[in-house]
Amino acid sequence: MSDGTSGIRPHTIIALVEDRPGVLNRIASKWRQRGFNIESLAVGHSEKPGLSRMTFVVDADTNAEQVVKQLDKLVDVVDIRDISHEDIVAREMALIKIRTDRGSRSQIIDIAELFHADVLDVEPDSIIIEATGDEQKINALVNLLKDYEIIELVRTGRVAMLRGPAVSHPHPEEEDQQYERYPGPHTW
Amino acid sequence: METKQELTGAQMVMEAFIREGVDTIFGVPGGANLPLYDVLPEYYPRIKHYLVKHEQCAAHAADAYARVSGKAGVCYGTSGPGATNLVTGIANAYMDSIPLVAVTGQVISALIGRDGFQEADIQGITIPITKHSELVRDVNEIPRAMQEAFFIATTGRPGPVLVDIPRDVLQQKGEFYWRDKVELRGYKPFSQADPNEIARAAELIEQSQRPVIISGHGVIISQAFAEIRELAEKAGIPVITTLLGISGFPGTHPLYLGMPGMHGMYWNNLAIAESDLVIGVGMRFDDRVTGRLKDFAPRAKIIHMDIDPAEIGKNVRPAAALLGDVKASLKELNKLVVHKDRTPWFNWLEDMRRKHPSIVIRETDELLPQYVINSIYEATKGDCYVVTGVGQHQMWAAQYFWYDKPNSFVTSGGLGTMGFEVPAAMGAQVAAPNDTVWSICGDGGFMMTMQELATIAEYGWPIKFAIINNNNLGMVRQWQELFYGNNIVATPLKNPDFVKVAEAFHILGLRAERKEEVAAVIDQAMQHPGPVLIDFQVKHDENCYPMVPPGAALHETIDQPAYAQTPARLPAPMEVAAS
Ligand SMILES: Cc1ncc(C[n+]2csc(CCOP(=O)(O)OP(=O)(O)O)c2C)c(N)n1
Repeated sequence: MSDGTSGIRPHTIIALVEDRPGVLNRIASKWRQRGFNIESLAVGHSEKPGLSRMTFVVDADTNAEQVVKQLDKLVDVVDIRDISHEDIVAREMALIKIRTDRGSRSQIIDIAELFHADVLDVEPDSIIIEATGDEQKINALVNLLKDYEIIELVRTGRVAMLRGPAVSHPHPEEEDQQYERYPGPHTW
Repeated sequence: METKQELTGAQMVMEAFIREGVDTIFGVPGGANLPLYDVLPEYYPRIKHYLVKHEQCAAHAADAYARVSGKAGVCYGTSGPGATNLVTGIANAYMDSIPLVAVTGQVISALIGRDGFQEADIQGITIPITKHSELVRDVNEIPRAMQEAFFIATTGRPGPVLVDIPRDVLQQKGEFYWRDKVELRGYKPFSQADPNEIARAAELIEQSQRPVIISGHGVIISQAFAEIRELAEKAGIPVITTLLGISGFPGTHPLYLGMPGMHGMYWNNLAIAESDLVIGVGMRFDDRVTGRLKDFAPRAKIIHMDIDPAEIGKNVRPAAALLGDVKASLKELNKLVVHKDRTPWFNWLEDMRRKHPSIVIRETDELLPQYVINSIYEATKGDCYVVTGVGQHQMWAAQYFWYDKPNSFVTSGGLGTMGFEVPAAMGAQVAAPNDTVWSICGDGGFMMTMQELATIAEYGWPIKFAIINNNNLGMVRQWQELFYGNNIVATPLKNPDFVKVAEAFHILGLRAERKEEVAAVIDQAMQHPGPVLIDFQVKHDENCYPMVPPGAALHETIDQPAYAQTPARLPAPMEVAAS
């Protein structure tokens, strides 16, 4: 994680997007063009049919605002917003596979319990645990487990929403707009 | 039951064109888009197709057609190389906000993603250079995709849209439909300027002692010709136009100051540095306009009017931001502005223009490029469309020609695409068949697309080509001379005999090597009913001034070396219509 790197902060950005091929490509293309690194990305269906919700964490300087505006212009992006400075809840999930022997298994289970992590799979020489929480909690757990042999670690990346009843992506009622088309002949 | 007609995908594309008022297509056929050509005779003459010789030119021609006609331009390319050849043209339209709809044939559905013969992922390739792009995999989606394509291309900030359709989908049949309204929940280009911001803008204008308007392409796109003029005249503010904003404000108007920026008028760059209020209308504070950004307009507050929210605050922080169609915003703003006497500011500008007459054609026996362009102005008095390529000749066409005809200057601004001059002239001529089109060409740029002379001869478009032939990639040579220690590398050209080239393409070719010949060949070209190419053999190493060196600030503009002669056109004394 790059907290503390000078000038660059991770931004949490959530977007409501059309569930269509190419959307991810288009969005990723804008971040790439400006040289921003996507630290994590989580996508899934939203409460609205045909729309997916994405949570991005990107390393960005203050110019993230400009990219967010660019992304908002994409036809497939229904709404997007940077919630880094808002009151949010944010979670991620990790699956961790650890090599075990008779001695270490119970120690690992103890650690898992401490973190309210679930044990998903136990084999003679391996164990998989599932942990949910904010990044610090997952980081702390992973750190403790480094005393053992982590065979595989997979993290979903952050998912986030605003606290309270507020809707992250208010959907304005469609007003009937006057559509100004590219106009015809020219006079002063 | 069968009242509704079953149509093939290709016919659906045509039906969409008819509903969108499209009657002109530029393109090249190939295996994957053949179904689109197969149905053309059914729709002729309602829809006319012009066969060009390279797809890049199809895109540029459609681009210029859109600029001049005020309608979306349409181009065709087949899959693979046909589609990739369109890419430069699409990028050009993207940078200059041109409504272009590119329809490409794709390999058959079963081959997509398998490196089929002539397969290229053109939707993927064009993602960063289109406003939107779509690969249509189902014939029943074609009407929707086409309707959306035109809607997206022509509304808000215009831009290119690519629709890629596999050959088998073009051949399948389905039921055609057309909706009353396009539903795109993620597309939100419509906004109206906040009345508070408009009021603040009016206040800033009233408080300002030294305001300038910088009028951009947005003024032309939204046809705010009357509104920008009203603002200038009513409030008493001089008008600068960006390269793409040229011909958005009358070129001989007493309040008109010309172009700013890298090759802008010296007085403009100094005026911006002195100004206390810059009113940017339908422009985006591009680096060629601002010079070194941190020193741009250091004494000025900024009012920014633009339709694109992503442009507001991108390069400069405005004190008032009027987001929305500039025509609508100007209308509202004009209601609030009042006339103010700014005599000291006008005197300052006047003085600057006398002391630094940036547009001087010096007395010499040599044939100067500026002289040629100014002579075309004298012969036409601006009653024509002027199309240019990219380079020195483009800048001179912006400096030594006064555009009194609205929207009469067609140039590649954002992308700076050499070779634009030939195909863009075709598009302009098709869009304005009764007008004269002058294409001011660089010899280098002309050779990038000159195969289109065959197209021009075939259709008989009476375009007048003026090749400003300096036997060099002139603008690059100038940079080598000024910024690379005169190390001239890969910029001299060994040109063909352009008169013979013209003749080989069945076009009248003329030549002028001396000043005395210029007026006569221009006259002869204008008398000739068909296409003409004039080879103007100009001085090889003339430099284009004023110039803001790359990375420098506007106040560091290098002016024309001081010549004792009078400027090409003495600016009329500035006068302000009584309010
Ligand atoms: C397609 C393309 N390639 C390269 C350039 C870089 N470039 C900018 S101006 C220029 C020279 C143009 O020469 P010419 O067309 O003869 O016009 P001149 O500057 O001599 O008037 C070049 C090579 C460009 N703008 N576009």
